[in-house]
Amino acid sequence: MTPYVLLSAILFTIGSVGVLTRRNAIVVFMCIELMLNASNLALVAFAKQHGDLDGQVTAFFVMVVAAAEVVVGLAIIMTIFRTRRSASVDDASLLKY
Amino acid sequence: MIALATNDSFVTPHIAYGSLWPILVIFGAACVGVLVEAFLPRQWRYVAQFGLTLGAMVVALVGVGFVANGLPELGGGAARGLFGSEGTVALDGPTMFMWGLVLVFGLGGVLLFAERHVEGGVSAFAGQAAALPGTESERRTQALDHTEVYPLLLFAVGGMMLFPASGDLLTMFVALEVLSLPLYLLSGLARRRRLLSQEAAMKYFLLGAFSSGFFLYGVALIYGYAGSMDFGAINEAVSNNAGNQTLLVIGMGMLTVGLLFKVGAAPFQAWMPDVYQGAPTAVTAFMAAATKAAAFGAMLRLFYVAFGSARWTWQPMLWVIAILTMVVGTVLALVQSDMKRMLAYSSVAHTGFLLTGVLGLQGSDEIHPGQITSLQAVMFYLVTYGLTTLGAFAVTALVRDSAGEQSTILRWAGLGKHSPVVAGVFALFLLGMAGIPLTSGFTGKWAVFEVALAAGAWPVVIVAVLASAAAAFFYVRVIVVMYFHEPESDSAYVAHPSVLTATTVGVTAAATVALGILPGPVLDLARTAGEFIR
Repeated sequence: MTPYVLLSAILFTIGSVGVLTRRNAIVVFMCIELMLNASNLALVAFAKQHGDLDGQVTAFFVMVVAAAEVVVGLAIIMTIFRTRRSASVDDASLLKY
Repeated sequence: MIALATNDSFVTPHIAYGSLWPILVIFGAACVGVLVEAFLPRQWRYVAQFGLTLGAMVVALVGVGFVANGLPELGGGAARGLFGSEGTVALDGPTMFMWGLVLVFGLGGVLLFAERHVEGGVSAFAGQAAALPGTESERRTQALDHTEVYPLLLFAVGGMMLFPASGDLLTMFVALEVLSLPLYLLSGLARRRRLLSQEAAMKYFLLGAFSSGFFLYGVALIYGYAGSMDFGAINEAVSNNAGNQTLLVIGMGMLTVGLLFKVGAAPFQAWMPDVYQGAPTAVTAFMAAATKAAAFGAMLRLFYVAFGSARWTWQPMLWVIAILTMVVGTVLALVQSDMKRMLAYSSVAHTGFLLTGVLGLQGSDEIHPGQITSLQAVMFYLVTYGLTTLGAFAVTALVRDSAGEQSTILRWAGLGKHSPVVAGVFALFLLGMAGIPLTSGFTGKWAVFEVALAAGAWPVVIVAVLASAAAAFFYVRVIVVMYFHEPESDSAYVAHPSVLTATTVGVTAAATVALGILPGPVLDLARTAGEFIR
């Protein structure tokens, strides 16, 4: 049980550090997906520990939500890439201060 | 909750359709809206979508009134309500209050979305979001309208209704996403200044998804701690001091990060000015009012119902965040030169005032008769703040020059001379936000400061009073520019709105005055809403 939760914590940390350090919007988005998957792993591990189905069902819901998020996110990143010819999160900097 | 009996037969979950139907009307109308978009010819879509959206919201609003009247007493205490669909949705007085509030803001939103007079026959949304700015295809689609915004608005409203009503962590997470995803898209659909709008959408999306990742990991940890998603079961585990305390503290912190991001509290406020400025102003108006109401409803339920027994753990954290939010919002609003950004930072400061209310006394047994609980004070503040903000952004959408909306504050010079009515109404909204007596902002602030003071949070209240005083400066500065600066050749003018925007502005302005002079009826409504069911 504990090794799985530790692994999920490591994955979550890798994901959040990636969001903060990577510059390409697609890679940032992939790191966010990694965070969601880390949560899924933790949910399933805890469900196993508690002998309860709630956590596993939640993992399915999270997959659906993540898929919806991909649809919306890639659409937004695609439009901005087509306009700017770049998917870097640093280039889009008209709005500041 | 999983309804699976031991003998492997599936037990049908009990769903309280009789009390849930207002939210189902909204989601149903949103799905019909998607079909309308697919099957109706283009020239009828605007009327069909507008009518459908407006109708669904009015029906749902009337329904909320009926459902709220018929809520059963629970346990004979201050709370009335029931758990719909196996405990995943809590239908109680505060939920009904939030539903009504979100629907009112949604009605204001749909009226602003449908405004076509200001842009000369088209809405403020891009003709075709996929067309590249500055190309032939954009010019060709200039006369079109994105009528998909209406189903998106309905989905967002549905998510916002579900958010404060959720009775377990899974529902809360799904509601969070259902309300956020349409807003990400809506932010990127402005007709003018496409680059700003797209940038706002991308920033909002990436930061929003990042924060919901934190929220979800918090869900997982709290589930690991309590062995259940249900708020009641979590509260039981907390009060029995069961389970691993490290999981509880880290999980609670991560859930808080997700919620504080949605309400725009410091240090998670960075997205607010960018998104508020870049998004179409009608979207900003709706989002500023309704998201904050829904997210505060959810935050109150999470902290009071699920973590009510861990109050001494989260309260010090919220003290610090409330103070930080008020200071950051006020100081940064002082130096803004753009109206929408200034209103965004003022919205951050208002989040701080609302958090001050969250720190107040919760239980109806702790307070004197006639006093209101912090839940009721925060709900009342959300009414006053939301209506004023909706109106202020609606007016901002009307001030224009040849390039579209003009939100640079200095360009508003002399507005009081050539458009006295609009400038007067906007000045009223600003005074309301500053909390001048006889406006709604004053009574709202009075309510939240009073409950916080009663709970002994006087350091926070002192900072709040000082921040209100400092905030008056930047509101008054705008009034000075409008009335005491001479109009210049490049000054903005006020476009003539249709009856849609005029209604929104008129109603919100009337509410700003009425709630300042006679707050009684709405305060009574908040008091009747009672407490969360547990």
